[in-house]
Amino acid sequence: MSPRAAARLETLGFTNVYDYEAGKADWFAAGLPREGEAMPVLRAADVARTDDVTCTLADTVAIAAEKAREVGQNQCIVVNDERIILGRLRSAALGGDPDALAEDVMELGPTTTRPDAEVAPILHRMLARDVDRILVATSGGRLIGTMWRTDAEHRAGEPDEEIACDC
Amino acid sequence: MPTAITRDELQRLVHEEDAQVVDVLPAREYAEGHLPGAVNLPLKKLDRDTAAVLDRARPVVMY
Repeated sequence: MSPRAAARLETLGFTNVYDYEAGKADWFAAGLPREGEAMPVLRAADVARTDDVTCTLADTVAIAAEKAREVGQNQCIVVNDERIILGRLRSAALGGDPDALAEDVMELGPTTTRPDAEVAPILHRMLARDVDRILVATSGGRLIGTMWRTDAEHRAGEPDEEIACDC
Repeated sequence: MPTAITRDELQRLVHEEDAQVVDVLPAREYAEGHLPGAVNLPLKKLDRDTAAVLDRARPVVMY
């Protein structure tokens, strides 16, 4: 729609016209601010904790475990220089061979959700699959934080069992 | 021809060139959420009168 609107605006005499064709879906999926919501809904970015411990592919398990222990967490997210998620070390991996490299023992491709995704249906799926946390990442794969089920339940209240779920 | 731009370019235009952002979706979709500072000029109502709210001297980004 916006290419036509931009072309239309030029016919009205505007000369400096740009078209952001990817539009607001692209904007919100990148975790950028939203304005003017008529009926606010709770979204993943509203619930996510953003104090995740991160480590690199080359960190040893000992280093990753120490980082996590220092702040009382039980996971370490493996990211690159741009904070793009590469993998994850959970309790079992953090308690394993301390000399192993994160790259060799990390969980590959942990499930993520978008910052603008609504919490209620995510929570529903988490309950159905007995998942206690999900990473929140931009459309570009950059780590924003972790949405914990307990936090989401606290903020959203009990999920409505009547909600149809395609999970 | 209007120039197609990315999210990064949009942010640069807003911050460095004081670009105006226009949401061309219907009013109801605009109300469900829009980019910060965006004004709503639905395509179906885009004419000389409605476009008068825009400053011709500044860039306009439409989505």
